[in-house]
Amino acid sequence: MSAEMSSPTTAVEAAAAAAADPASAEAVQVARDLTFVEPRVGVAKPDAVLVVDGVQRRFGGMTAVDVDHLEVQRGAITALIGPNGAGKTTLFNLLTGFDTPNQGSWTFDGRSLAGRSGAAVARAGMVRTFQLTKALSRLTVLQNMLLATPRHPGERLGLSWLPFLWRAREREATEKALEILARFKLDAKKDDFAGALSGGQRKLLEMARALMTDPTVIMLDEPMAGVNPALVQSLLGHVQALRDEGMTVVFVEHDMHAVRHISDWVVVMAEGRIVAEGPPGTVMQDQAVVDAYLGAHHDTDLGDDALLDPAVLARLEAEATGRQSAPETDHQEEQR
Amino acid sequence: MEWSRILTQVLGELVAPTTAAYALAAIGLNLHFGYTGLLNMGQAGFMLLGAYGFAIASMHGASVVVALLVAIACGAVFAAVLGIPTLKLRGDYLAIVTISAAEIIRMVGRSTMFDDWTGGSSGLRGDQYTAGFQALSPLPDGRTTIGPLTYLNNGFDSWWLRLVAWGVVALAVVFVLLVTRSPWGRVLKGIREDEDAVRALGKNVFAYKMQALVLGGVMGALAGVLYTLPRSVQPDGMGRSMTFFVWTVLLLGGAATLFGPVLGSMLFFALYMLLRAGMRVALPDGFVSATQIEQIGGMLVGVTLMALVIFRPQGILGNRKELAFDVR
Repeated sequence: MSAEMSSPTTAVEAAAAAAADPASAEAVQVARDLTFVEPRVGVAKPDAVLVVDGVQRRFGGMTAVDVDHLEVQRGAITALIGPNGAGKTTLFNLLTGFDTPNQGSWTFDGRSLAGRSGAAVARAGMVRTFQLTKALSRLTVLQNMLLATPRHPGERLGLSWLPFLWRAREREATEKALEILARFKLDAKKDDFAGALSGGQRKLLEMARALMTDPTVIMLDEPMAGVNPALVQSLLGHVQALRDEGMTVVFVEHDMHAVRHISDWVVVMAEGRIVAEGPPGTVMQDQAVVDAYLGAHHDTDLGDDALLDPAVLARLEAEATGRQSAPETDHQEEQR
Repeated sequence: MEWSRILTQVLGELVAPTTAAYALAAIGLNLHFGYTGLLNMGQAGFMLLGAYGFAIASMHGASVVVALLVAIACGAVFAAVLGIPTLKLRGDYLAIVTISAAEIIRMVGRSTMFDDWTGGSSGLRGDQYTAGFQALSPLPDGRTTIGPLTYLNNGFDSWWLRLVAWGVVALAVVFVLLVTRSPWGRVLKGIREDEDAVRALGKNVFAYKMQALVLGGVMGALAGVLYTLPRSVQPDGMGRSMTFFVWTVLLLGGAATLFGPVLGSMLFFALYMLLRAGMRVALPDGFVSATQIEQIGGMLVGVTLMALVIFRPQGILGNRKELAFDVR
């Protein structure tokens, strides 16, 4: 890499660097670290921040999540993909203390988090966002941000009515909040109610709010869902900027282009299990993954005019009927 | 002549100790519902328990301060007992549990089981427990007239009681002002909006909800003391309808506003008095009886509550814009 790719000092610079060149110094470093990791389910990572062991969650007779072993590399962007109902969000809920597994253990930075509450997990440095955005509507954008301030003395009832005890901390937090809002281009909206923001802006606000807690690991549940394509680009830039600042990002996503574009490592789940993991290039070429979970034509745009060509349609149809017999029996056997 | 007497009565309601008691109860309920989103449907239970605590302690020789502490402790313990099993569940459960717990308090109070303590269904007479409070008055004996209002300086329905009652309300308003403008209040409002989001930011949601429930409950208990100081402790007078009066007061003034409960209480009782006294004067003799007027008044309160929720859910002081974002 060139010499001017020095490590970015501020969040804004990091965002700018990420936007200018997706292969920032950190990205290159992470990619190098992961080059020698074998793309095999449950493989050990050189520097794992999150280690999951034998986590199971059953709802009645249905096993929603059954993960034998999973390690998440520190400082990398790990994508968690899989079809609907694969257990991605359930795994998120389990790891962040929003649901309790039937069995299993996991450690974060060497400390066990099993049995800890969602709040305790967040305080430990693993903060999450939600698939259905949870902006606090009747609070202003700035209040949303300030709410996330960690260890705020003014949030203790005993001190809350003595403003002089916490005013300094509040000022400090406000400065930080404004800085983060500026980076997400929400600073002009700081006094608006969060409920008045658009869907995409709420996603940004939720991510910005999570950053207020100074997390080590940030878990994003479908950050690009329901966001227009123009904003997806900027969201991707923000996610990369998080990594470039040294944070570990784990995200669930359905948009395969986004996954391929920014992730350093991809974990594929299906029916509660991890069926494949590896660098995006490798995993997406894995025939089983492509066929069963992404669809053979996952790259084809359904709005593509080429599909209107009868010849192309006929070929696709022939392919589909031809493939129906063999892989499906395979799939059923796999289930047993 | 008749109408000027009615206006004086209405003016009297504005400063009455009962109005202050309802204002204080609504301030407590505002902490629960307005700021934290807790559906407490049993504020009358807190009030009754506080009244029993104060009255019974006073009757057994406790000083006013100790009796007040007993009332406060009653409210706090009641809140904790209700909160521990329900605050981890969804909001509706608290509503169900509080409404039935308030009824349990009333039923136990009026049963013959604890007759020696609570006086059963006939309750406790005011002169049994108010002597200590009245003795604290620094005012000289006699009557004082301010404007059209004349009351005894000391005694049951006195200026002394009015001073204390509104003083307590003022203190509660200042306290709520301070805590709700603080980061602590911000967390409460966050919980009201979406408690999972607040949990995901590392806040112990259960502890905050419990603090709010206890604080509001203690205010309810003190309101119960204020309510019973000018009369007696009557379990049947402090039942479900009292809870709904407190809700009407809060929604009329505006939930999640600082002065909403106070304004709501004053307006509610003034209008309620105007309505009943006005009906007595305006309606021809023999058209409706005195008890029917009370019943019609109660019905109109119900209609007002409905109209309020439908046409002006933010209350008088509330901000319509804020309410427009309610996603639930």
